[in-house]
Amino acid sequence: MTAATASAPGAGVALPALALDGVTCTFAARGGGERYTAVRDVTLAIAPGEFVSVVGPTGCGKSTLLNVGAGLLVPSAGTVHVDGEPLSGINRRAGYMFQAEALMPWRSALANVVAGLEFRGTPRDEAAARGRDWLARVGLAGFEDRYPHQLSGGMRKRVALAQMLILDPDILLMDEPFSALDIQTRQLMENELLELWSANRKSVLFITHDLEEAISLSDRVVVLSAGPATRPLGEFTIDLPRPRDVAEIRMTPRFVELHEAIWGVLRAEVLKGYAQSKR
Amino acid sequence: MRKASGDARLSRGTLVLLQAVLVAVLFGLWWLATTEKWLDPFFFGQPLKVVQVIVDWFVSGKIWPHLAITLWETVLAFIIGSVLGLGVGLWLALSPISSALAEPYITAANAMPRVILAPIFAVWFGLGVLSKVALGVTLVFFIVFFNVYQGVKEVSPVVLANARMLGASRGQLLRHIYLPSATSWVFSSLHTSVGMAFVGAVVGEYLGSAKGVGYLILQAEGTFDINTVFAGILVLTAFALLLDFVVTRVEARLLVWRPRAAETEAL
Ligand SMILES: Nc1ncnc2c1ncn2[C@@H]1O[C@H](COP(=O)(O)OP(=O)(O)OP(=O)(O)O)[C@@H](O)[C@H]1O
Ligand SMILES: [Mg+2]
Repeated sequence: MTAATASAPGAGVALPALALDGVTCTFAARGGGERYTAVRDVTLAIAPGEFVSVVGPTGCGKSTLLNVGAGLLVPSAGTVHVDGEPLSGINRRAGYMFQAEALMPWRSALANVVAGLEFRGTPRDEAAARGRDWLARVGLAGFEDRYPHQLSGGMRKRVALAQMLILDPDILLMDEPFSALDIQTRQLMENELLELWSANRKSVLFITHDLEEAISLSDRVVVLSAGPATRPLGEFTIDLPRPRDVAEIRMTPRFVELHEAIWGVLRAEVLKGYAQSKR
Repeated sequence: MRKASGDARLSRGTLVLLQAVLVAVLFGLWWLATTEKWLDPFFFGQPLKVVQVIVDWFVSGKIWPHLAITLWETVLAFIIGSVLGLGVGLWLALSPISSALAEPYITAANAMPRVILAPIFAVWFGLGVLSKVALGVTLVFFIVFFNVYQGVKEVSPVVLANARMLGASRGQLLRHIYLPSATSWVFSSLHTSVGMAFVGAVVGEYLGSAKGVGYLILQAEGTFDINTVFAGILVLTAFALLLDFVVTRVEARLLVWRPRAAETEAL
């Protein structure tokens, strides 16, 4: 490893944990269609320990941006820096919770959770012990031997959460992780995530459809425009006090104020995005 | 949910009984037709004599070495064909250049009726076990190969991306993602490939050998002993059923993680 001496673009006092700079993603046409520019010229930086949420209408390019940050997708233009170093290949500092089903169907819940440890060569017994511990933390004690198809959609999401967190990554990339959960479980998981985040200050890039969720969790909310050629429309700093309880914080006047302000920007885009997807 | 199909279904006991009755009726008709000389017994055999031959084989123990040889050839052909199919399938599926190069030849080799290779194998490997195994391997290989190829291509890109994010190296992706996905496809074609290994063994024996159930049939045919031919066919059929049963058990053990259509249990 070489020391990160070169200053990354947009670096302030501390280098951002993850910085996208002028990222454009154009998907090649397949089957005679037109080329599609999902996101254009997006600049987004997440400071170390910062919790940033991205909201935007469906199909606008949120998952695309996350894939770029994870190193799974090479942008057509623009750069990605992790702790000031240009990213090439997979982002090793990041854990990624996918929007779609990502568990290995041939592995039991426990074997899925410990997969990352196994890849790193952690001794089997130690890995299993930690895996059990993590399954219990996401409320799935006793489900160790179930295969993914024997779990509910929400349970699978929680296994995926444990699978990511057991590796203790510095950067968490989460793509609508809680949208499959009922409201009570969801709030439990959100509080658990906040607790975890404040305990060891991870940098989080969190994608959601749910504006209330975004506000109650984040330090900053980024609103994306409707596609094609999505770009950030606005950024809102969430100055609500911490530690927060996601259920209680929603009752405070400041929360309602922020919600109104952001919704004012988002509403028009959601309508635009809906009109576009109908065409 | 259960009611929908419940009405149209027979209980297990009745079903087995009816199936047994069906076989008995067929044998009865065969017996009637040949004793009444509607069908010439010289060409169509006589069920009682056929049964006699089978009983003799098992009582005297004469059949066991032949069955053992046929089984051994089947098992060898299956294992070698599967391993080769798995290896080549993984390699071609993961290397676009090699697969582009090999594609027309694979297609051609698969289209060729491989039974015509039997005489060549007999020349190369002699009349022993090896030539039968070689024939079985050419049959099994392609089934396994195409399934593995498909299995690798059907790996969910999200599952793959997830494994990469969890830190899997190229080798670990092969072992923990591609291989399980490919083997699940291989297992789902287990019935066909075991069946093909068996076909290879029997056809090979029939075309030239000194041992095996196929050889018994070949020999009986040479002396126009049609009853022994039928006896051989019946033994082979029973043997194939047994193999299939074993495969079904193995499959159920290995594919526990696969979702099945309806898994609720009636109380
Ligand atoms: N591989 C691809 N090829 C072509 N187009 C793609 C590809 N991946 C994504 N797109 C397009 O890019 C746009 C953004 O997709 P993306 O998955 O990032 O949306 P999203 O914001 O995550 O939506 P949602 O909120 O519904 O998950 C979509 O219009 C999609 O059709
Ligand atoms: Mg998405």
